[in-house]
Amino acid sequence: MDNYVVEMLNIRKEFPGIVANNNINLQLRKGEIHALLGENGAGKSTLMNVLFGLYQPEKGEIRVKGKPVKITDPNVANRLGIGMVHQHFMLVETFTVAQNIILGSEPTKAGAIVDLKKAEAEITELSERYGLRVDPKAKIRDISVGMQQRVEILKTLYRGADVIILDEPTAVLTPQEIKELINIMKALIKEGISIILITHKLKEIMEVCDRCTVIRKGEGIGTVNVSETNVDELASLMVGRDISFKTDKQAANPEAVVLSVKNLEVKDARAATMVKGLNLDIRAGEIVGIAGVDGNGQSELIEAITGLRKVESGEILLNNKPLTNLSPRKVTESGVAHIPQDRHKFGLVLDYPIGENIVLQTYYQKPYSKYKILSFKNIYQHASKLIEEYDVRTPSPRTKARALSGGNQQKAIIAREVDRSPDLLIAVQPTRGLDVGAIENIHKRLIEERDKGRAVLLVSFELDEIMNVSDKIAVMFDGKIVAEVKPEETNEQELGLLMAGSNKAKAGDV
Amino acid sequence: MFSSRLFNILIPVISVVMGLIVGAIIMLSFGYNPIEGYVALWNGAFGNMYFLGETIRQSTPLILTGLSIAFAFRSGLFNIGAEGQVFIGWVAAVWVGINFDLPLVIHVPLAILIASLAGGFWGFIPGLLKATRGVHEVIVTIMMNYIALHVTNYMIRNVLSENGDTSERIKETASLRSDGLTELFGYSQVHWGFIIALILALFMWFLLEKTTIGYELRAVGYNKHAAHYSGMSVKRNIMMAMIIAGAFAGVAGAMEGLGTFGYMYTHASYTNLGFDGIAVALLGANTAIGSVLAAILFGALKVGALRMPPLAGVPTELVDIVIAVIIFFVASSYIIRWVLLRFKKGER
Repeated sequence: MDNYVVEMLNIRKEFPGIVANNNINLQLRKGEIHALLGENGAGKSTLMNVLFGLYQPEKGEIRVKGKPVKITDPNVANRLGIGMVHQHFMLVETFTVAQNIILGSEPTKAGAIVDLKKAEAEITELSERYGLRVDPKAKIRDISVGMQQRVEILKTLYRGADVIILDEPTAVLTPQEIKELINIMKALIKEGISIILITHKLKEIMEVCDRCTVIRKGEGIGTVNVSETNVDELASLMVGRDISFKTDKQAANPEAVVLSVKNLEVKDARAATMVKGLNLDIRAGEIVGIAGVDGNGQSELIEAITGLRKVESGEILLNNKPLTNLSPRKVTESGVAHIPQDRHKFGLVLDYPIGENIVLQTYYQKPYSKYKILSFKNIYQHASKLIEEYDVRTPSPRTKARALSGGNQQKAIIAREVDRSPDLLIAVQPTRGLDVGAIENIHKRLIEERDKGRAVLLVSFELDEIMNVSDKIAVMFDGKIVAEVKPEETNEQELGLLMAGSNKAKAGDV
Repeated sequence: MFSSRLFNILIPVISVVMGLIVGAIIMLSFGYNPIEGYVALWNGAFGNMYFLGETIRQSTPLILTGLSIAFAFRSGLFNIGAEGQVFIGWVAAVWVGINFDLPLVIHVPLAILIASLAGGFWGFIPGLLKATRGVHEVIVTIMMNYIALHVTNYMIRNVLSENGDTSERIKETASLRSDGLTELFGYSQVHWGFIIALILALFMWFLLEKTTIGYELRAVGYNKHAAHYSGMSVKRNIMMAMIIAGAFAGVAGAMEGLGTFGYMYTHASYTNLGFDGIAVALLGANTAIGSVLAAILFGALKVGALRMPPLAGVPTELVDIVIAVIIFFVASSYIIRWVLLRFKKGER
């Protein structure tokens, strides 16, 4: 008989109007890494919140170590040895690692005084046992995101968890940090800890997981052994149809230079120089992908091109006309479109209807307004057309942007940007947080735009995306382009080294 | 699910009802008859043409300060400075009313225009500091209120009178009162300003909802990063929002100067028109029509309250408590929303 630490049997959870989980089974073996796979909105988080005691299921049974249990709140889950690391960390920035870890279960001496020394010793011991390498005295705000995540893992271990739920842990990490996390997960299971990994990244599942439970639209699809499956099968289980990973595309036909960046210098908000004499050319009909670890000046470069940030020195030319330090509106009018990294902060006014978001840069032009008076008829006519053309799923063009799913919000932004027929299309992390179906669609769009003879600049921290979509890869490190390579002549190892600033950089063979 | 529009109407209505109920409980617990109290309140606000006129007169500046605060709110700004802008508008209107000899059709509009410009200028200063230096508008507008109070007192003593506590009266050609109107409303202090307030409410609705200017202002209010990204000038919009908000409050001051009083007197402290405007805007969900309705309610409560002591023996302080309770329930609309959702869920 199998030795299950956690069993969730025939779980059903309803919310008003929708069934979030129906008839889902998940059985976690001791010492395994078990993937929970599903698209955004498939019901993964609901299922885990049921296990963690945040929701009560309408039907079904949960057993921990063979015994049926009722998990009424997260404290009960903790007592049963279940810990959860949320996607958004729950840490006090100004506290030290140790202070954060003991928060809520502080060891005391003399009844009332927090025994921080004892806690620090215990944390050091735990951290060494699992290879986490965390300094208990460091302040949270001073340590990297990867380190913060390890603090969250330590927090669950400190509370005695032997089942850890990781909610999309790699979404916020760099490729190097992902490698470290994978090693940590392997160390954890060696010590008898069991892990549930919530994800929609198939490669990670293939790399670390033993088994994988798939849910689709709230329904349990089944559990497969990872060693007996492959990426394509997992993808079709998740989406319910076949997915092509290699984005189909013809060879590029680069023509005249559209964007030319010369000796660009840009400072960030704290007046640190982030872009240091950068040179870059992009031609019509090609996609140039910028690969690099977050924080090497990519955001500042894009903001400088789009007029959101001041250029200190150097020059930006669009079709041989100066673009340097023009206002965002002038940049837009010159033929630049920008799919921003943070679609909630920059891309959309979430409280505006989706239709009014579609004219966010063009509302002042005819036919959307005349003598400063808006023509809602023309705005919504145009919006409805784009919504249909780009398959934005929304109940109505008058629905607030906030109510749409991330993928549909992104499709609306892309529709808006692409529809202006820009000469240069800038896409920053265009598929962040989206599921495979939406990613496939967006990649297709970018390539279509290239084939229409537009210059496309893609910034992404996902190497897969860069390798798949780009015609030319420019590696950015420390504010400069350190190498330009062709995707078919390189591999992830080489790119990883270049992104880390290795001197083995090939002389740019463009 | 409730639609958000229904919610926006239900919440203030429930707040008002709850306020009245709690007010009744308080009256009961102090030994007053709440039914007598509310009947006196109703009659004191709407009982005859005189009281109706007084209610309209009281509501007029509240509509305008409510619009001022609602307008700033919609653009993402908190205009605590309506109080000071009222003072400046009032003194400017009275100054024009005293010092020019013009026919009525020019004199009244000119006085109102100058009052709106003066109030607008008083809003422009915090707007400018916010846009260019990032100084929080709440701090600056609070300070501007003090400056306005003392500047207007100085003006009254030294410019608009000779060391007196009241200014001279404005010329008849600048007055918003008319004999016919006064007679119709039982010799109350009602004046034509109410119509001006309604027109300006319509203007605000049109500007915010139907024009590219309003589209920009609201976008900046909701998300200034997205507004900047899409090519709008966040700085210009912040300044414009504060100028227009200041102008609304300036006109509120003109209503007092040209309508209710016909002169200006030195103040020891604030008129509270600006601060009540915050409550009006809140109750009116920061919309133009909502501000008009909320201002009429506040005006009626204030005027009707005067009849509660003589007719029902209820102290006026109690009416202040009722108003405070209503504001409390509006401010905690989250609780009402939560209860409504619970209720709705229970039905399923």
